[in-house]
Amino acid sequence: MAAKTLTIDGRLISAAEDQTVLQAAKDAGIQIPTLCHLEGLSDIGACRLCVVEVAGSNKLLPACVTRIAEGMQVRTDTERLRHYRRMVLELLFAERNHVCAVCVANGHCELQALALALGMDHVRFEYRFPKYSVDITHHSFGIDHNRCILCTRCVRVCWYIEGAGTKNVAGRGAECRIITDLNQSWGTSETCTSCGKCVQACPTGALFKRGSAVAEMERDRTRLEFIVNAREKKQWIV
Amino acid sequence: MDHIDLLETKNRELRTRKPLCLRVCMAAGCMSSNGQAVKDSLEKEIRAAGLADQVEVRRVGCLRLCCEGPLVASDPKGELYQKVTPDDAHAVVAALKNGNGELKRGDLQHPFFSRQMSIVLENSGVVDPERIESYIAADGYQALHHALMEMEPKDVVDTVFRSGLRGRGGAGYPTGLKWSTVAKTSGDRKFVVCNADEGDPGAFMDRSVLESDPQRVLEGMAIAAYAVGATQGYIYVRAEYPLAIARLNTAIRQAKQLGLLGGGIFESGFTFNVEIRIGAGAFVCGEETALLASVEGRRGTPRPRPPFPAESGLWGMPTLINNVETFANVPPILRRGAEWFAGIGTQQSKGTKVFALAGKIQRTGLIEVPMGMPLRTIVEEIGGGAPEGNQIKAVQTGGPSGGCIPANELDTPVDYESLVRLGSIMGSGGMIVMDQSTDMVDVARFFMGFCMDESCGKCIPCRAGTVQMHALLEKILKGQATLRDLQRLEELCDMVKNTSLCGLGQTAPNPVLSTLRFFREEYLHRLRSLPISPGIPILPNGSHHGPPVAEAAKT
Ligand SMILES: Cc1cc2nc3c(=O)[nH]c(=O)nc-3n(C[C@H](O)[C@H](O)[C@H](O)COP(=O)(O)O)c2cc1C
Ligand code: SF4
Ligand code: FES
Repeated sequence: MAAKTLTIDGRLISAAEDQTVLQAAKDAGIQIPTLCHLEGLSDIGACRLCVVEVAGSNKLLPACVTRIAEGMQVRTDTERLRHYRRMVLELLFAERNHVCAVCVANGHCELQALALALGMDHVRFEYRFPKYSVDITHHSFGIDHNRCILCTRCVRVCWYIEGAGTKNVAGRGAECRIITDLNQSWGTSETCTSCGKCVQACPTGALFKRGSAVAEMERDRTRLEFIVNAREKKQWIV
Repeated sequence: MDHIDLLETKNRELRTRKPLCLRVCMAAGCMSSNGQAVKDSLEKEIRAAGLADQVEVRRVGCLRLCCEGPLVASDPKGELYQKVTPDDAHAVVAALKNGNGELKRGDLQHPFFSRQMSIVLENSGVVDPERIESYIAADGYQALHHALMEMEPKDVVDTVFRSGLRGRGGAGYPTGLKWSTVAKTSGDRKFVVCNADEGDPGAFMDRSVLESDPQRVLEGMAIAAYAVGATQGYIYVRAEYPLAIARLNTAIRQAKQLGLLGGGIFESGFTFNVEIRIGAGAFVCGEETALLASVEGRRGTPRPRPPFPAESGLWGMPTLINNVETFANVPPILRRGAEWFAGIGTQQSKGTKVFALAGKIQRTGLIEVPMGMPLRTIVEEIGGGAPEGNQIKAVQTGGPSGGCIPANELDTPVDYESLVRLGSIMGSGGMIVMDQSTDMVDVARFFMGFCMDESCGKCIPCRAGTVQMHALLEKILKGQATLRDLQRLEELCDMVKNTSLCGLGQTAPNPVLSTLRFFREEYLHRLRSLPISPGIPILPNGSHHGPPVAEAAKT
C-alpha cells in the first residue's frame, strides 16, 4: 500500500492511499465532528457534519467517504464549516423532541456533546414538536422515536455486524422512521436476536436498555421488611 | 435477421401501405380524452363506407398539440383535426374524399409546428408504436446494424462524443465522455440503464417518447451496450406510466422475435437483453444512485459519489445510465453522422431539446426545438403567449431543481449554460409559463413543498432543511414573517445547497433563490414591518397586541 502526502489544516501529513480524509485526520490527531460515522460500520455520508473544504473542489466533501489523494489540501475547521455544522445541529434539535433533562442518555449523548463542542447554544428554527411514540414491547430494549436522528447506525449494525436485518428505515423525508421487520412492534419480531448492538450503536437516547429510562424505577418495599427481619429476628429466609 | 431481411421488412411495410392514412393519436393525453373511441368510430365508418382497402387508420404517438386533443392527422391531405369526437368520424372520412365537413382544423403553418425541429420526435405521431415493422419502415434499426457491422465499439463512442450530445436527464453531462468511461472500465459484466423515472411535476417528454416510439429507445440502448460492452439493459419506468410500460413490453417482445434483441443480434456475436423495472413513484429514484439501488431491490436512496455508476453501478459493475431522450438521440446520430448533429444548436449545446410546454400559455403540448432558440420564440411564437392578452411574467424551467426566468430575460437562448447563468437549469424539459396572476412566493413554496415531500430523508440538510424552508415560506405568505425570517431563509438556502448529499437537496433551494433574485420585492412586500417583540402575543391576522415596538422598548 503506497503512502500519500497531503495537508490538512495547513499540516503536512502522510496517509495510506486507501484511507479516508476522516481516518487520515484522526491519525494526525485532528478531530472532525461526525455523527453517522461509527468505527467498524460502513460509512454512508448522511449527516454531513464531517464536510470539509478541499482546494480545487467547489463542493464541500464529506470526510468520512472521501478518499485522500496526493497533494490534497483540506480545511476542516473554517468559519463557514463551523457555521454549517451548527446549522445541522440546530436542524436536528428542531426536528424532533430532544429534551436532555429527561433523557436516558443525558451526559452520554453524542448529539448533546456535539452541540456543546460546536457552540450550538440556541436553536433559531421553529421546533416542529412532532408526535412520536415509544416502543417498549421488547423485553430488554426500547426505542423512543422522539430522540432518533435517523443516522441509521442501528440499521447498519443490525444488518452488517449482527446479520439479523431486523431494523430498517421506512417512509420518506421528515416522515422517515426506524422500523422493526415489517413495521411491527419490536416485541413481536422473530428476527431480532436481542443482541443489543443497536442500543450500543445509537448516538442518542433513542435506543435504550429497559429499566434505565426516566421514571422506570419501581420500588420493592418488601426488601425493607426483609432487612428489618434479618437484623432484628435473625430470620434470613422469607 | 440480417440486413437484407431488415430492408425486406421495410419494403414490405411500405409496399402494403394503403394510399390514404388517418393517424390517430393514441398517447396518454389523447387517450384520456376519448382517443380510443375516436379510433374505433373511424374504423367503423371506413368499413361502412367500403374504404377499408384504401384507408389505413393508424395508431400513432403524440401529435404534439396535446391541449387540442384528441388529434387526428390525415395523409396525404396534410390536415390536422382537433378535438375530434367519435361523432366526427363521418366528417373526417368525408374530408378524405374532399368533402368539407364541420371539423376543427389545426393550422399546420402556425409557428407551433413550423418552428419545431424533430429529431427525437421524428417518428412520434408517424409510426405505430405497437408495431416494430412500422419503426423499421422509418429506417429503424439501420443505425444498430451499421454500428454492429461496420464500426468498432470505440468508433461508436467516438461518434457520439463528436456529436456533442449531452445528457438530457438534467445535468447535461457529455454523453460520449460517459460512454467512454464505462467502455474503459473493466468489469465481469456491464449494464446499460435507461432512466425513465421522469418525476418533475408537469414534465411528460420521456413518457411521450416511450408511448410514441419505444423502439427508438431500445435501439439507442442496444447501440450504447455495443459501444460500452454491456449485455444486459434495464429500463426504469415509473408505475404511473402504464401505457408506456405496456408499449415497452410489446416493443421488447417484438424486437426479440425479430432477433433485434437477445442473443446474436443481426447474426453477430453481440447479445443484449432488456428488462423493465417499475418504480414506485418516488421522485428521488430518478437520481442515478438511488435508481440503481432500487433496481437492485433495495430502498431507493442516493449514495455519495464517487464512485460514479460508470465505475461501480449495478451490483458493483460498470454501469451506463442515460435518460430516455439521450438514448432516443443516438440512432439518428449514427444514421446521419456526428457532424450533422453537431451542426444543430449552439457552441456548447448540440441538437434539439424536447419540452413539455405548460401553464398560462395558449398552446400547451410537446415541442422539440433546436438548442439555442430564444425563450421568447418558444413562449410567444410557438406557445402563442399568455391567453386573453395577459402578460407573461416568468418562465419556470428545470422543475423543482430549476428557477424562474423573468419576462425581461426572455431573449435568453435556451442552452445549458445560459439557463445556469440565470440561476435556472435546462432540467429534463418541463417548461411552465406564468402570467401576471402568478404569485412568485407561492411558486417557491409549491416547489419547496414538493422537495420536502420527496426528500428521501437520508441526509439532514435536505430532510430537515426543506421542512424549515417550507415553514418560513408559509410564514412569509401569511404575512407573519420579519426581515430576520427572510435572512434565515437565505441562510438555509445556502446551507442546504452546499451540504446536501444528492442533487435533490443541492438544488431544492433554487426556486427560492431565483425568485428572490428576480422578484425580491414580492417577498419584501409581505414582511411585517415591525419585529416581533418578546412577550407580545401574535393575533391570527398577523398583527400583534400592545404598543408599537418603539414604545414597548421604552417601557
Ligand atoms: C433528484 C433527482 C431526480 C432525477 N430525476 C431524473 C429523472 O427523472 N430522469 C432522468 O433521466 N434523470 C434524472 N435525474 C438525473 C440522473 O441522476 C442522471 O444524471 C441522468 O439519468 C443521467 O442521464 P443523462 O446523462 O442522459 O442525462 C435526477 C437527478 C436528481 C438529483
Ligand atoms: S439530498 Fe435529500 S434526497 Fe438527497 S440524499 Fe439527502 S435527504 Fe436524500
Ligand atoms: S460522519 Fe460523514 S456524513 Fe456523517
